[in-house]
Amino acid sequence: MKQVFKRPESLIDVPFHFCPGCHHGIIHRIVAEVIDEYELREQVIIAASVGCSVFMYDYFDVDVIESPHGRAAAVATGVKRARPDNFVFTYQGDGDLAAIGTAEIIHVANRGENVTVFFVNNTIYGMTGGQMAPTTMIGQKSTTTPRGRDPQEAGHPIHMAELLANLAGTAYSARVAVNNIKNLMQAKKATRQAVEAQLEGMGLGFVEYLSACPTNWKMTPAQACERVGQELIPAFPLGVFKEFKAEAQAKAG
Amino acid sequence: MALAEKNKRKKVLIKGNEAVAMGAIEAGCRFYFGYPITPQNEIPEYMSAHLPEVGGTFIQAESEIASINMMLGAGATGVRAMTSSSSPGISLKQEGLSYMAGSEIPGVVVNMSRSGPGLGGISPSQGDYFQATRGGGHGDYRVFVLAPDSIQECYDLIMLAFDMADKYSNPAMILGDAMLGQMKEPLELKKYEPKIFEKKWALTGAKGRPAQYLKSLYLDDGELTEHNWKLFRKYQRMKEDIRVEALYLEDARLVVAAFGSMARVLKSSVKMAQEEGLKVGLIRPITIFPFPQDFIRKTSHQVKHFLTMELNTGQMIEDVRLSVEPGTQVDFFGLPPGSLPAPDVFLKEIKKAYSE
Ligand SMILES: Cc1ncc(C[n+]2csc(CCOP(=O)(O)OP(=O)(O)O)c2C)c(N)n1
Ligand code: SF4
Repeated sequence: MKQVFKRPESLIDVPFHFCPGCHHGIIHRIVAEVIDEYELREQVIIAASVGCSVFMYDYFDVDVIESPHGRAAAVATGVKRARPDNFVFTYQGDGDLAAIGTAEIIHVANRGENVTVFFVNNTIYGMTGGQMAPTTMIGQKSTTTPRGRDPQEAGHPIHMAELLANLAGTAYSARVAVNNIKNLMQAKKATRQAVEAQLEGMGLGFVEYLSACPTNWKMTPAQACERVGQELIPAFPLGVFKEFKAEAQAKAG
Repeated sequence: MALAEKNKRKKVLIKGNEAVAMGAIEAGCRFYFGYPITPQNEIPEYMSAHLPEVGGTFIQAESEIASINMMLGAGATGVRAMTSSSSPGISLKQEGLSYMAGSEIPGVVVNMSRSGPGLGGISPSQGDYFQATRGGGHGDYRVFVLAPDSIQECYDLIMLAFDMADKYSNPAMILGDAMLGQMKEPLELKKYEPKIFEKKWALTGAKGRPAQYLKSLYLDDGELTEHNWKLFRKYQRMKEDIRVEALYLEDARLVVAAFGSMARVLKSSVKMAQEEGLKVGLIRPITIFPFPQDFIRKTSHQVKHFLTMELNTGQMIEDVRLSVEPGTQVDFFGLPPGSLPAPDVFLKEIKKAYSE
């Protein structure tokens, strides 16, 4: 019988610690599948981050370096400059990348570092128990916006994929979601593109994944998935904001 | 390419900052990440000019935080990497230092310190002694710290710092100050005898071996305890590499203890005291972590009077007090930043203590 579905080789065969319905697991899987497709497993060095994704080395069967909260993009810079032939990526949450690590990600993009950044936007701080993130939506309740985010007090949600697309060193920037099959296919395509940007030496490849955090949104997995479609996508439009090369785009299908 | 060979002259007149940079390149440093701050700007400037000549990489980062984390990333792949800054910038690097120590990643940090606290000023100061020797960042860790007192030592000790960082898989630091960074002296260029340290832990991609990772996060019961004990044992082992300079100890009745630029000035003061017939010796810790505790304890068997002199309000004195035998008198003369008097001013203080 032909096997049509299997665990990606880049993932270790252990259960994830993520909460039921969390999209981190799906996004881990997409990233691992694409690494396998491009046969990059033995070349990868991950600059891991802080947040619910902190245990990358428990799941990915590749070399991993731990980074301080927010600094993964700077760590990745050091790794890639020292090992230009390795495939280097970061995997960061919205607290990690868009709050404490804002300076690092902007300057990595601006320098056009040849690395790939997978950015998981669940509009909240997951690991620390549901505080406001820079991406928290207007009106969204969190443990530090108990009355809902009021932009007068707490500012506005930040749109990283659009922001980084404006910088000259960004080769590719897209926002995707994994809340249904169609979006998931798009997400995989964008992941391939971001990988290709690095393989072709074009500069930063960036993918923002809208992601569910049922636990801190205080929703069931199904409700959380629905919320991604109904509330997140209208506020954070999906799309490709920077394309590095038409041919590569076509090749990836 | 050895700089000593490249430079026709064996002796050059050079600033301390340049000596540090030249020594680093000679020691095989090929990655420099930094952010400008006075009084150490000649280091990044030298690196930007000369690292490309030897196939190295220079990055002017967006901040001290980014630069030390770039060093963390590069160091994790096994290369020799370095960053430099001065006091306020070193404060920002503490996060990275703690992570590097926790993940056992080597790298060299230079602090050409200036005066604080806060923005303070750009004059020489030794106010960063506690920060350098106590860990600085969070957690129970130490860095290997060398305190040069001449331009020659800036050059020689940075080479040693790279070896120590690799030997112990831990950050190493050069603690100089504005005086050492900015003054010029003749420097004798030397060829570095490379020490090769096996770096099986280096991240290079999981080709032909199992995946590996460098981390400081340990959540399983007892795991972090064991990791911290392991780090502790390493800091104990560092004592093998303690360096100390001692002058006129044989028949001394008073021992002056000082490090770095202060010790440099005091060498003249102590010599003047000797010429006047006073039996005054000098101990200069070159490694300030690990501190030459045993050496000072042994000295205090014979000499019962110490005078610690620092360009601050009293930091190294704590280590001197912890080192001496009970019953030893330890006096202090401190000079917080703002000025650096000539040797005869210090001679007066030495005489005062001597006559007590
Ligand atoms: C310097 C520092 N500040 C704060 C923390 C605490 N902390 C850990 S995870 C986290 C937020 C993570 O949120 P996000 O990046 O959105 O990831 P998620 O958990 O949602 O996947 C914070 C603030 C830390 N580890 N280090
Ligand atoms: S807290 Fe949220 S982001 Fe973290 S694992 Fe649970 S669902 Fe996922």
